[in-house]
Amino acid sequence: MHRAFCWLLAAFLALAAPASFAADLAPLVRGLGAGSYAETEKAIAGLAETGDPAVVPVIEALQAGDLHIRKADGAVVVAKRAGNGYALTDPLTGAALGEADRNAVEKIRINNALRRTISATLGALTLMSPDANTRRQAAEAVFKSRDANALDALNTALAKETDERVRRAMTQARASVLLAGDAPDADKIAAVAVLQERGDQDARALLNGAANTGSDAVKDAATKAIASVEQRLALWGAAQNLWYGLSLGSVLLLAAIGLAVTFGVMGVINMAHGEMVMIGAYATFLVQEAFRQWAPGLFDFSILVALPVAFLVSGAVGVAIERSVIRWLYGRPLETLLATWGLSLALQQAVRSIFGPTNREVGAPSWMSGAFELGGLTITYGRLWIVVFAFLVFGALLVALRKTWFGLSIRAVTQNRSMANAMGIRTARVDALTFGLGSGIAGLAGVALSQIDNVSPNLGQGYIIDSFMVVVFGGVGNLWGTLVGALALGGVNKFLEPYAGAVLGKILVLIFIILFIQRRPRGLFALKGRAVEA
Amino acid sequence: MLKTGFQSGFKTGRTLAAAAGLAVTFAAGFAAPASAQDTIKVGILHSLSGTMAISETTLKDVMLMLIEEQNKKGGVLGKKLEPVVVDPASNWPLFAEKARELISKDKVAAVFGCWTSVSRKSVLPVFEELNSVLFYPVQYEGEESSRNVFYTGAAPNQQAIPAVDYLAEKEGVQRWVLAGTDYVYPRTTNKILETYLKSKGVKSEDIMINYTPFGHSDWQNIVADIKKFGSAGKKTAVVSTINGDANVPFYKELGNQGVKAQDIPVVAFSVGEEELAGIDTKPLVGHLAAWNYFMSVDTPENSDFIKKWQAFTKNDKRVTNDPMEAHYIGFNMWVKAVEKAGTTDSNAVIDSLVGVSVPNLTGGYSAMLPNHHITKPVLIGEVQENGQFETVSKTPGLVVGDEWSDFLPDSKDLISDWRAPMSCGNFNVKTGKCGGKGS
Repeated sequence: MHRAFCWLLAAFLALAAPASFAADLAPLVRGLGAGSYAETEKAIAGLAETGDPAVVPVIEALQAGDLHIRKADGAVVVAKRAGNGYALTDPLTGAALGEADRNAVEKIRINNALRRTISATLGALTLMSPDANTRRQAAEAVFKSRDANALDALNTALAKETDERVRRAMTQARASVLLAGDAPDADKIAAVAVLQERGDQDARALLNGAANTGSDAVKDAATKAIASVEQRLALWGAAQNLWYGLSLGSVLLLAAIGLAVTFGVMGVINMAHGEMVMIGAYATFLVQEAFRQWAPGLFDFSILVALPVAFLVSGAVGVAIERSVIRWLYGRPLETLLATWGLSLALQQAVRSIFGPTNREVGAPSWMSGAFELGGLTITYGRLWIVVFAFLVFGALLVALRKTWFGLSIRAVTQNRSMANAMGIRTARVDALTFGLGSGIAGLAGVALSQIDNVSPNLGQGYIIDSFMVVVFGGVGNLWGTLVGALALGGVNKFLEPYAGAVLGKILVLIFIILFIQRRPRGLFALKGRAVEA
Repeated sequence: MLKTGFQSGFKTGRTLAAAAGLAVTFAAGFAAPASAQDTIKVGILHSLSGTMAISETTLKDVMLMLIEEQNKKGGVLGKKLEPVVVDPASNWPLFAEKARELISKDKVAAVFGCWTSVSRKSVLPVFEELNSVLFYPVQYEGEESSRNVFYTGAAPNQQAIPAVDYLAEKEGVQRWVLAGTDYVYPRTTNKILETYLKSKGVKSEDIMINYTPFGHSDWQNIVADIKKFGSAGKKTAVVSTINGDANVPFYKELGNQGVKAQDIPVVAFSVGEEELAGIDTKPLVGHLAAWNYFMSVDTPENSDFIKKWQAFTKNDKRVTNDPMEAHYIGFNMWVKAVEKAGTTDSNAVIDSLVGVSVPNLTGGYSAMLPNHHITKPVLIGEVQENGQFETVSKTPGLVVGDEWSDFLPDSKDLISDWRAPMSCGNFNVKTGKCGGKGS
């Protein structure tokens, strides 16, 4: 949004500027297309030196990869996709230059070093932007680049700044520049204090640099500041681990909750549970493909549409499996295990044959990408929504089992099949629908997992063991057990990982579960009463 | 007479001719066992199901394409090539069984196959026992040399070490995270890199090594650790030997937590165009990969190869990758060696393969060395928004594949030369004897 605004503003400025002014910039812009990365970098530096806001859109176009060289005359142009070719515009004036074939222009390439130069340059140039957000981002860019040339611009901008947040960002940027450059000690020590107040990892990086290179007084101040920053970071680190545990726990909960119905409630050892998750993920992929094809503008809603679709598709597959295979095997756990294991292989291979063995791209809607900072915590939106979603699904299932006629039938059939039959419940149909419900929930998990994992035929395999672990640990037949089990395992895993490493952490969790099951074979929340004996 | 009927039937696809041809071959099969000589059989040993199918199916397809192309050119030694495809189903012991079946029962002249090191280790004794030829197309950890195996993928010095050099020189990296999946390739590669970095003066506290299980999907705290490690005031990079499926969640987490390539670049050795096809690459622009081939390489050979591949798969979005090029090079080397030897006999082909040089797809020639590895250019590429790599650095010349790393204590004195009279895979230059590690 603000970028578009910036564009407009810059375009306006460029138009308003006298023609001779633009002409001065033209040779510099042409230099961007000189060839090597080093020459492009020199041209950017030349443009930056002019301090002219008219160069901002040019550099932004370079950053976005829109800047091209017209092969015919070597002119640097902005080229945007239009049909089969490109629509060309002049980077400085924005004047249309007609259309060109795809082969008639060549993209100006940038590498990481250039990307860094570009964001530093843009930072220094947009410090005076009328938009507060842009100014703050500019200050952040300068903070990262520590570019001594930006100091004057920063001082001017700081003097005029009124917005408190932007002011803070600029003060920190100024501190970063001062600390990295060769300012007098007094300035540096003041800068250390500013950075200590910022107190995040970037600040620590800068302070570490100062502690290694500065004069004794600066070193001293920096070392003290580092100690205080690290103390703060350690506290936030613990909170971060807690969040990671919750997030992993919610993923486990999602994966296991369907199994809690098919295995926990019905007692079917369903090795094909993971494949129901996988089918849900592929349903998401298909829904997204449809959106890409027919309604690309509504892409952000594709996940919401995918939820019911995945539920119905996985549920239908589940009902089909129950009717065709599992209903003949009730009461024969070993045969069920083997049959569903075979089914899982068959389903994987079927998906592999239809969609190919490679990963399918499932995009993240904009409201699920990126992260936000909460104090010293980095919380990614995707994970946050998965946590929320896991609890919603859990709640919905709980209500469905407790408060609806269908849930009552399920509980009646599991508790006493013959009595339920005698009361007029069609047990065979309830069985099929229960299995379908469990599978459908697995499909919902697939929608969520498609956001964080591969959508490939192997997706389900990675979760089947974990799901069984959660259900068995929590106590078979108890939904609350599944919830507590998932969160406990997620938390333990994430607290072990920093100390023991991911591989050993996983092994330790397994050993813990084995020992636990030895002592409490029925899990955390064992069902009591006649139902257990049935 | 008989064989022309058979072949034209298949080539023209006319049902009638095909039926007639088939009938004739059937009859011939009973009459004369010599009909087995009509074609040269080529074994393809890639998993078409199970975990590795994601990577290996493509290689099966590219082999079928190369064989079809060669047959259009008239085959080899005047005979048509006949592919024999088997499916070892990502099951390591099954690889050995299927290899035995290909060599003993189907009597293939050579086998192109395997992806994981463990599958290669599993088939190796079979190839040595039955004296056949295997072409292995994937980058691997080295520390192996067999008379019967030809390694057309990169050895560590053809991928890992140039990548680290690039980061140190061009990006000024001083702190290193070596992150990998927990199995032999990442462990060996990281051991080599660790010794190499230390020999360049990097201190132990500036190296962080992290291993994760196969298919690891929750990268939150590892990415956070990397960010923390990167905040020590020195330029930091991640060298990733993370394998296969675990990469997608890893890159998604990097993108979500805002680890940008311009701050902490990640250079990967197992992420190619195929792997990127499953991810939204916009947040990943600028992260790096080191390979010997990129689909984006602009040479006439490569655009021809891509065109043929997309026509063969009837999909104009199919991507090409480095192991496919390795098979392209390996197959052409085999064809040339067979023609030079005038026979498909293993001993003759193994001898004539050394020294064979064929064009690669990056505009040069690759030659088979006496140690059964090949010469390759090393390219460093940055991920682009369209899921392709843009080459940002290329070694000026070809890099010679070094099977026994100079940076591991028990292999630095070993060399391999399969030419007579040495004919040894692990010659110790210190003791002057054949036999050392791996004997």
